[in-house]
Parts: sequence; C-alpha cells; structure tokens
Amino acid sequence: MAIILDHVSHAYEAGTSMQIKALDDVNLVIPDGQFIGLIGHTGSGKSTLVQHLNGLLKPTTGNIYYNGADIHDPEYNRKELRSKVGLVFQYPEHQLFEIDVFKDVCFGPKNLGLSQKEVELRAYEALKQVGIADEYFYQSPFDLSGGQKRRVAIAGVLAMKPEVLILDEPTAGLDPKGRDEILNLIAALQKERGITVILVSHSMEDVAKYVQRLIVMDKGRVMYDDAPAEVFKHYEELEKMGLSAPQVTYIMHALKKQGYPVNADLTTIEEAKNEILRVLRL
Amino acid sequence: MSIIKTDKLAFEYIRRDEEGNVEGITRAVDDVSLEIAQGDFIAILGHNGSGKSTLAKHMNAILYPTEGTIWVDGKDTTDEEYLWDIRQTAGMVFQNPDNQIIGQIVEEDVGFGPENMGVPTAEIWERVEESLKAVGMYEYRKQSPNKLSGGQKQRVSIAGVIAMHPKCIVLDEPTAMLDPVGRKEVIRAVRALNEVEGITVILITHYMEEVIHADKVFVMDDGHIEMQGTPKEIFSQVERLKELRLDVPQVTLLAYELEQSGVPMPKGILTTEELTEALNYAQGK
Amino acid sequence: MIREITLGQYYQAESVIHHMDPRTKIVGTIAFIVSLFLANNWIGYVVMAAFLAAVICISKVPFKFMVRGMKSIVLLLLITVIFNLFLTPGTPIVKIWKLTITQEGLRQAIYMGIRLIFLILGSSLMTLTTTPNNLTDGLESLLGPLKLIHVPVHEVAMMMAIALRFIPILLDETDKIMKAQIARGADFESGNLIKKAKNMIPLLVPLFISAFRRANDLAMAMEARCYRGGKNRTKMKPLKYKGRDAAAYLVLVLYLALVVATKKLL
Repeated sequence: MAIILDHVSHAYEAGTSMQIKALDDVNLVIPDGQFIGLIGHTGSGKSTLVQHLNGLLKPTTGNIYYNGADIHDPEYNRKELRSKVGLVFQYPEHQLFEIDVFKDVCFGPKNLGLSQKEVELRAYEALKQVGIADEYFYQSPFDLSGGQKRRVAIAGVLAMKPEVLILDEPTAGLDPKGRDEILNLIAALQKERGITVILVSHSMEDVAKYVQRLIVMDKGRVMYDDAPAEVFKHYEELEKMGLSAPQVTYIMHALKKQGYPVNADLTTIEEAKNEILRVLRL
Repeated sequence: MSIIKTDKLAFEYIRRDEEGNVEGITRAVDDVSLEIAQGDFIAILGHNGSGKSTLAKHMNAILYPTEGTIWVDGKDTTDEEYLWDIRQTAGMVFQNPDNQIIGQIVEEDVGFGPENMGVPTAEIWERVEESLKAVGMYEYRKQSPNKLSGGQKQRVSIAGVIAMHPKCIVLDEPTAMLDPVGRKEVIRAVRALNEVEGITVILITHYMEEVIHADKVFVMDDGHIEMQGTPKEIFSQVERLKELRLDVPQVTLLAYELEQSGVPMPKGILTTEELTEALNYAQGK
Repeated sequence: MIREITLGQYYQAESVIHHMDPRTKIVGTIAFIVSLFLANNWIGYVVMAAFLAAVICISKVPFKFMVRGMKSIVLLLLITVIFNLFLTPGTPIVKIWKLTITQEGLRQAIYMGIRLIFLILGSSLMTLTTTPNNLTDGLESLLGPLKLIHVPVHEVAMMMAIALRFIPILLDETDKIMKAQIARGADFESGNLIKKAKNMIPLLVPLFISAFRRANDLAMAMEARCYRGGKNRTKMKPLKYKGRDAAAYLVLVLYLALVVATKKLL
C-alpha cells in the first residue's frame, strides 16, 4: 500500500485575485505500516493535506495515487478509497448521531454495502478495540463521557477497516490521562494491525514519543520530512514557523551550554534521563 | 480580605435515565472549603470530571450550592439582591471561543457587558478602549470575530469581562480548545492582568505548564480538594499527581526520574534553570 | 475557513446612504414601496424611476450588484407579465391562438412588471447599504412603541442579532459534519427525494445538537456578563438622527407628494 502525492497544489478561489494557496507543490510518499506525525501551525495546510488523502478535496494541480491508481480518475471509486483511508476529524464526537453507540459505529460499514452480519461483527470488533465495555453498546452516545464519546467516534472509523488511519488532533480537549490513553491506543493499533497512522498534532512531546517519521508543514509546503530527532535539531527554524521542539530538547541544549557534554538532540524524557545519567557518571 | 470564600460547599445533581426515573445522585462538588485572597493568581487543576468547572460556576452564581455557602467579596451567592453585583465582581471566561462572543464586531462584543450594566455610552467607549489595549487587541476592534484566531477570540472575551471592572476573573479551561500559540497568548494576557492591574485570577486548567507561576494551586478529584499549595509543593508530588490522572511539566518529570535513578535532586523543580542548578550542585560545581 | 456570508449582501462603500440612520432607510423603503402602488400613470412611473435612479447613484453601489437581486425573481416576473398580458379584459390588440392581448392587458403587464422590478431594487438598496446589525438596531428602535403592548421587541432584536452572528459558524459546522460523515462513506448526493431526506439525518442530528450546545453556552456567557433583558440597558452605539436624515425625510415627503400629484395629471 502506498499513497503518492505528486506535485500537489491546492488553491482556494483558484484563478481569482483572492487565491489562497493552501498546498504548494507537495510531494510525499506514504508507505505501508509507518507511524507518521504531521505538524504545523494553524493555517499551515495540514488539515487541507489530510483531506486530499481520502479524496475529500481535489488538488488544483498535481496527482494523487493510491496503490498506483490516480484517485481523481473519473472511473476511480472514491467511496471505496474512503474505506481504505480512514479520516478521524478533530472533535469526532461531534459527528455522533445514532440512537445508540452500536448503531453509530455500524454507520460506516453499512455505507460500504456489507451484509448485516459483517456490519455488526465489525462494529463489535471496533468497539472492543477502543476499549468500550459491552454495557455501553446500547446506550445513547450522548450519555457517555467526553473521552468515551471520542473513542466511539474513532471506532466508527476503525469499523471501516482502513489501511491508513489519519487522526486530526485526537487528544484535543482531553485531560492528561485521557491523552495518554488515546495515544497508547493508537500506538497499539498501529503496531498490531501494521496499518499506517498519520497523527496530526500540536504537541511536540506527543509526536516525539510515538512517531517514527515527522512531516512539518508551513504555508502549504513541506518544510521537513525526517525522523523526529533530526527534525527537532532545527528548533530555531521551527520556532520561526510558530512551532517548537519538545521541552526536553530545550533542556538538553541548556545543559550543553552549561558545559555538560550531552548529546543535545534528544526528544523524549527517557532518552534525556539516560543521557544525563551517562554524563554524570563520567 | 478574601475575594472568594467557601465553607463546606457541595453540589449535587440527580441523574435520570431515559424514562426520567431517578438513577442516582452525583456529588460533583463535595465538602470544599477554601479561601482566595484578593490579588492572587490561583490555579485549580483536576482531570475531566473532577468537579473543577462545577466549582468555578459557583463563583459567579451560575450554580447555587446544594449544601454549604460561598461568599464572593463578602456576599452570599444565594442572596438574590447581590446577584448582579456578584456577577460584576467575578467575571467569567469560558472554554469555547466562539460560544461566548455576541457582537458582530470586536468592539461591540467588548461593550456588551457594560451595556448590560447600564454604563453611560461615553464611558462604555472608554472601557472598551482600555480593555482591548490591556489584552493587546485594540487594532482588531473593528474586525469581525470570525476572522480571528482562537487565542485572539479568547483575548477579546477576556477584554469583554475586564470592561465590567471586576475584582476577579475566573477562567474555565480557556485554553483547552486552542493551539500552543493561542495558549501562550491567553496566559500571557491573564498574567499581565494579575501582575499589572492586580485583578485576582482563578485559572481552571489541566495544562501543567500554565500553572507554574501561580501563587497557589488547588488539585481536585471526585469533587474534593485533594491537594493545595504552591506550584513547587504540588509538583513535587509526581506520583500523587499521576494517581489523580494529571501530569507534570516535562522538566519536573525529568528531575523526578533522575532522582529515582539516584541523583540527589530537590523536590518540585519547575524550570530548566532550576534543573541545571540542581545538577551543578549534585556535581559539586 | 469561515465564509463571510453577508445576508442581503452588504456592499461596503462610503456614501450618504450608507451613513444614514437605518430607521430613515427602513421608513424610506416602506415609503417607496407605498409609492409604487400610488402611481397610476406613466408620469408617476417616470417620477418613481427618477427617484430610484438618483438614490442608486448616490449610494455608489455598482448597478451589477443591484441586478443580482433580480435573478431570483425572474420567474415571478415572467409569470406576472404573462398573466397580466393575456388575462386582462378590455380592448383587444392582437390575438395569438386562443389568447388575446388587450390594450389594458399590455398596460397592466408593463406596470406590474416595473413595479416588481422597482420593489426588488428598492429593498435591495436597503440591504446593500445597511449592515444586518444596523438593520436590527433600526427595527428595534422603530418597533419600540410595541413594547407598550408587551411585544418583546428587545428580545426579538437580540435573537436576530445573535442568529446573524452564528449563521457563518453553523454553516462552517455543517461543512465539517458533512465531511466527517462522507469520510464514513455517507452519500449526500444520490437517491430520490425520500432517500436524500433520510440521508440528511447524520447531518441534521449532530447539527441540531451542536446548535443547542452553543445556545446553552452562549446563554451562560450572557448571564455571566450581567445580561438581564432590555431593562435599564444602555447602548454603545445609540441611533441618533443627523442633519442628513432630516433632509432625507423631507425629500421623501416631497417625493410622495409629487407621486400623488401625478395621479391628478392624467
């Protein structure tokens, strides 16, 4: 499985004097099984980018290929694409509408035209995957807590059995424990299912902890596309874009300035701790 | 003199099922007794569902206690006579930036509070100008709120509250829906109000980094106040905070982990400078 | 991205009409509409056209914006003209098939057609030169006397203003919910009318819930800012008549007198 973006640009009000370039010549290859982080200041184009990956938006110029096929070819079945590339929007609990939790999760697979049995099986699996206990299945989604609602909404997309799962700020509005739970859930899913996960986030600490590849966007362009540790080396440039490095990176740089012979390009607490201990023992 | 004082405050509500039958009673706030001094910057931390928002809504009489009492500037909130005085004394800014802006233009929204209070037209304009300048949004006064970022909208809402000349502002998770830049803007504005204008600030949040400059921190869980103290005192108890579903700033956690691994560290490290100093000291430098 | 939807399409410009008190404009528009039904000969119509043209000129709104409002009534216009043309009894001029065009019919058709066009142009002019908020302020003031018979004028005006403020936000939310459901395979395009209506449920239910949530939040925020209805409330931008408004009222009176006078001429 691979998604290829080839010279993709997207302009709102294209051709008019009010043209805003949301995406500017984006070239990306998204292979199977990667855990990718996508960061960028508000307005950097990251939301626009992810909406292109499942065909919700069409590029003004350039092509997008899914497993080699051009997704904007008139013959291409974009509805099927949406089952392969699952997109969970920000505050996904706002899209819940059914009478009970189970029915809502069934919505996605039902739209795919699967048999009732298959639909229910998938809904059940998905709900179990996100850790919703059986007793909540037939309750109204609006009676659940915020964190539970969010998990139900994610289950709604998982039930489509996507090969690529894109989550736009899945931890928005959650408390620290809630954030940890959702991110651990996503990381576990990624590992077990071997699916590609794209995590759009504002938290540098979160992406540093979980992802293997980090894409940074600014003004519609891809500025960096590398492992997190490499990307965060450019923390000064990131700051100019309204972003930052994880707090840990700044701590390590401060220590280095003080004369400690540490490797300053670390991004997680675990790494920082081990490095400091190593240096202290010298 | 305390601006806010509570005595064994409790708030209960009845949970009903689909048919309207009583399912149970939830005590969202339970036996809370606290005092907040005028001019302080107070933070109330707690996981979602800990009761912090419910407690906050008692401070400007949006909710009334089921048990116990709360006094705002010496006035009992259940006394109807003082309702509007209390709401003017304790202003509130809410979480959703869009759902608290009424005006179609920034300056009109900031003027909403004074209009409601019957402030004369000329004075409304003075207050609007002052307030917008205090939060750094004066150049945006003629703009439509729809064109503003989340952080800017929240600052406009803060201006709208200051225009009422309150003694204290309660901010109920004002940064929960904002991006990091927006969060910084709002906290900066709020700190300036506290330090420069001397307005009491009560910040309800679950972002630990916002709290390190507070004068006092309360940590809530299950409707109770579980911990209270200075930020240093609170953040030194890393394990306890984790049990309460909360987090600590990365630097505090790092210091804690180092200490667990045998490096002598003082408790409650809140900034990089403190960490560096502590390490220097541990090295005997 | 929140779209800047301006209802009635406010056109930003600096003109006397734009700066006029909204009450003057509302009263003026009503007066103009009344005049449309007063005139009954071609001289009257010339006076009306001249007045309208003059006001449009002063307003500095490009004519093509004015024409935009016309697109919606083309069908109505056509029907009105045709009905009047063929169904008015009187002295026949021409016979097409079984339908007769009479002299009276021709006159009626032209007059009715013109009336409709002027009606649309006149009211468009008001919405093009007055912001929605300004209009609600104007209406609130004009309808003020109704408070005496317990009509909740202030509350209604407040509701209108809030609705106007939230329309772009709700439109944006509709967009978001639609996209989220499409990402789950929902189809809002295909199917017959009944199917399409059913397909709207995943869109309408969340939207309604969101609207209620917003209303709840907003009510709390308003109360927190000491809102207690219209009593003892002052205004930041109170409506005040200026010299140009007095002049405008004078012009209106003269115009109406002129139109009435033309009735006597023929």
